[in-house]
Amino acid sequence: MPVKVETYDRVEEAARALSASRSARFLGGGTLVMRAVNAGDQSFDTIIRLRDPDFRTIRMQGDGLVIGAGVTMAALVANRDAVFLAPVARVIGGPAIRNMATVGGNLFASGNYGDLAVALLALGATVQLAGSGSRSMPIDEFLRDRDRHATSLVQSVTVPRPRDPATFRFTKVSRVKPKGVSLMSIAALLPQSGGRVQGARVAYGAMGPMPLRAIAVERALEGQALDAAAIDRAAALAVEGIAPPTDALASSWYRAEVAGVHLKRLLAGERR
Amino acid sequence: MAKKPVQFRLNGSEKAVFVDEGQNLLDVLRRGVGDLTPKYGCGQGTCGTCTVLIDGEPHLSCLTLAETIDGRQVSTTAGLARGSELHPLQAAFMDGFAAQCGYCTPGMLMAASALLERNPDPSREDIVEAISGNICRCTGYEPIINAILAAAKAGGARRYG
Repeated sequence: MPVKVETYDRVEEAARALSASRSARFLGGGTLVMRAVNAGDQSFDTIIRLRDPDFRTIRMQGDGLVIGAGVTMAALVANRDAVFLAPVARVIGGPAIRNMATVGGNLFASGNYGDLAVALLALGATVQLAGSGSRSMPIDEFLRDRDRHATSLVQSVTVPRPRDPATFRFTKVSRVKPKGVSLMSIAALLPQSGGRVQGARVAYGAMGPMPLRAIAVERALEGQALDAAAIDRAAALAVEGIAPPTDALASSWYRAEVAGVHLKRLLAGERR
Repeated sequence: MAKKPVQFRLNGSEKAVFVDEGQNLLDVLRRGVGDLTPKYGCGQGTCGTCTVLIDGEPHLSCLTLAETIDGRQVSTTAGLARGSELHPLQAAFMDGFAAQCGYCTPGMLMAASALLERNPDPSREDIVEAISGNICRCTGYEPIINAILAAAKAGGARRYG
């Protein structure tokens, strides 16, 4: 099926075109949209492109980092202000994918993909949408309603930079090293005050239809010293309220069995 | 459906082609320009055999919208050898039996050439990482890794001309 390509220089124009059509998809790096084109996806007939260079910039704003949705994983790895995200961006795809895949696209990646979105969820990022309904929302809210936002253009993501980089941790569990899609990924932000965890955020990837937070784990950690006993209690609640999916990589049962083990290692700061 | 004019440099020579809307770069290279060295594998960004360099960096040509390469430089395996003189990577792949069925080879060569341009003396780990987006179902990777190491020793980063 032929697709039409519309190219815009300004983000507002691209956002307007995208919201005006139910059968348009926005092209980031191509790793999702061109993949769909190659697979014969009939759900869209128009590709919207944006050439705005601002869309690909990273800048500091107060304590936060504003990352343009068109920034690639490779650009993120190379950016000095984004060092805390480099360990996440570096394990996404191979070198060619990292030169193409974008931050904005990652928010829409489904299934075993979308590791960066998991990290952004744990970090408490906000998502900026462009166009007439221009607004900013917590990433939690954005991901919950992700399908509804398919006609909105994500302009940027703002990430609060962790004061102490050691309080942010990420692990990706895959069957193939060094490159493999996620069987699960876990990101945790564990800020401490007076030796106790305050404001913990823990997020999973590939444990549901979209990145989700491990609320029971967060509650178990809150106000606790990050010692062996607290970690054990949190790990025991790893899949509380979560129904992991079964897919080609692992069964729901397997994911539920091993989530606590990987979570425990992450919380204890064990490197594998 | 409208055709769009695209101009780019392929292995150093100027190309001007009309592309279909939504057509990917791999298709333009193979059918529009006649460069059959990049291969169509999965069309999904998983196998890496369509890897080409765009402005020196590895990209998957099957997932690249063709019209986005207007004004850019594309390098493929067809540009590695100089006449009958093979690129050190090609020679090392031959000497080390790093190609069996050969389907992954063009992607492996492009990923490796991007690595050697950036890092003329890579470690084994650097090589494993550089070809991590390229799948080979024959060799078990060892001959490929060894060939890239050998090419680096033989001055594989050296640009011709």
